[in-house]
Amino acid sequence: MREVAVIGVGCTKFGERWETSFRDLFVQAGALALEDGNLSGERIDEIFVGNMSAGRFIEQEHIGALIADYAGLATDNIPATRVEAACASGGLAFRQAYTAVASGMSDIVVAAGVEKMTDVGTEVTTDVLAAAADREWEGIAGITFPGLYAMMATQYMHRYGLTREQLAQVAVKNHDNGAKNPNAQFQKPITIETVTKSTLVADPLRLFDCSPVTDGASAVILAPLERAREFTDTPIKVLGCGQASSSLALHDRKDICTMDATVAAGNRAFQTAKVERKDIGFVEVHDCFTIAEICAIEDLGFCKKGEAGKLTEEGYTARDGKLPINPSGGLKACGHPVGATGVKQVYETVKQLRGDAGGRQIDAEIGMTHNVGGTGATVVCHIFGRV
Amino acid sequence: MSVSRFWRKQQNRYNLIGTHCTTCGRYFYPPRSFCPDCRREGKIVDHKFKGVGTVVTYTIVRSAGDQFKFLTPYALAIIELDEGSKLTSQVICDIDKIQIGMRVKPVFRKLAEDGKSGAIFYGTKFVPA
Repeated sequence: MREVAVIGVGCTKFGERWETSFRDLFVQAGALALEDGNLSGERIDEIFVGNMSAGRFIEQEHIGALIADYAGLATDNIPATRVEAACASGGLAFRQAYTAVASGMSDIVVAAGVEKMTDVGTEVTTDVLAAAADREWEGIAGITFPGLYAMMATQYMHRYGLTREQLAQVAVKNHDNGAKNPNAQFQKPITIETVTKSTLVADPLRLFDCSPVTDGASAVILAPLERAREFTDTPIKVLGCGQASSSLALHDRKDICTMDATVAAGNRAFQTAKVERKDIGFVEVHDCFTIAEICAIEDLGFCKKGEAGKLTEEGYTARDGKLPINPSGGLKACGHPVGATGVKQVYETVKQLRGDAGGRQIDAEIGMTHNVGGTGATVVCHIFGRV
Repeated sequence: MSVSRFWRKQQNRYNLIGTHCTTCGRYFYPPRSFCPDCRREGKIVDHKFKGVGTVVTYTIVRSAGDQFKFLTPYALAIIELDEGSKLTSQVICDIDKIQIGMRVKPVFRKLAEDGKSGAIFYGTKFVPA
């Protein structure tokens, strides 16, 4: 296996991008990544793109070829592959790109993620996202994604005594980070009351416990580490990688409050990176709902089960805390264009490690990403470090 | 959901018929045709569940997709059946009364309909026991 580095990153503004099409989103992200990596499109050997549901959101499949085509690479005839694992599609596209470079199969590889979610109404969006769960045995019962995560929250609060305010603090902290991120969908700080007085979506989760519906795209470029300095003075090395799967339906998990795929993917990432929990400077975790961030911190092994709420309340996970979580604003404030999120997490991590993160800059040598599909049926983690 | 797709699982949904691995004794609802513990050694047969169980966790869904919007707010729960298998279902009760540990039993109800002129899907929901 060759050592691999990220040499260029790009990300569009996340939000309700009414004026911008699916195609324009990924072309923008790709152009930004190429400019950042100081290379032109014809140097690209291969593309992987994470996308959950273009078929239902914009009635378009065959996204790999579409991206290569509209990136102006149709006549180069390069391999272009779509990767799908619901909300973990982006993280998986990155993993595929990483393995392509590490194996020696390709040299310059793009990992992109894109989702255009606002071309359909809210009820259709709710149903499209519900397809990430088990359609036959959860879907028919009338589940929604907030509903599934709410069931985790109900059991978690019952068992560990997590308070409503501790849960709200996850959103407050992530909106505070989002306020420093020019790409974020929401750039306004909020208070605990903003969360606790917002509309109930699925008890106990309220509107401000939920990540929003978002349009956006992100792209990063990978290269063998030995060639990285041809393109950039600040390559960021991929130190470790872990992917895991678990039961598709939440009801089939051994423990409703533990994402065993997060435990497995996290452990694999730490083992391959040969680093310890204490070496990690910050983590971009998959906070599709506030309860998801609480579980992620624990399941990745940064504290014992039941402790993450108190740590969040004490500021341990804030930007100036001991282990900053979601400096980008996370899915909660930065937005969650499902297929793009996993690649955006890599974008944020690279920006942070380069010292390029502006007002939300954290001083860290090593960062980590954690991307979840569904209620934890797919999880992919990566660990990155300065060279 | 298409009519044929629903019809294929009709007996399972109407009568709470799951499966049972006679090699290891494990019960499956929703049904599985392959035992994850015994793998190829497993012998899978149909099993009609007694239907009584306990609420493991729950939520009140207040915002739903097109097919379920008319039911909101509704109680949704993960229920552990007495045979030891877990499933997801609506619980028909006063939404303020549902709680973890509540005993429930099955009832035959309309689950959803496919638009105004589409098929109506029936199956099992639960009520307090």
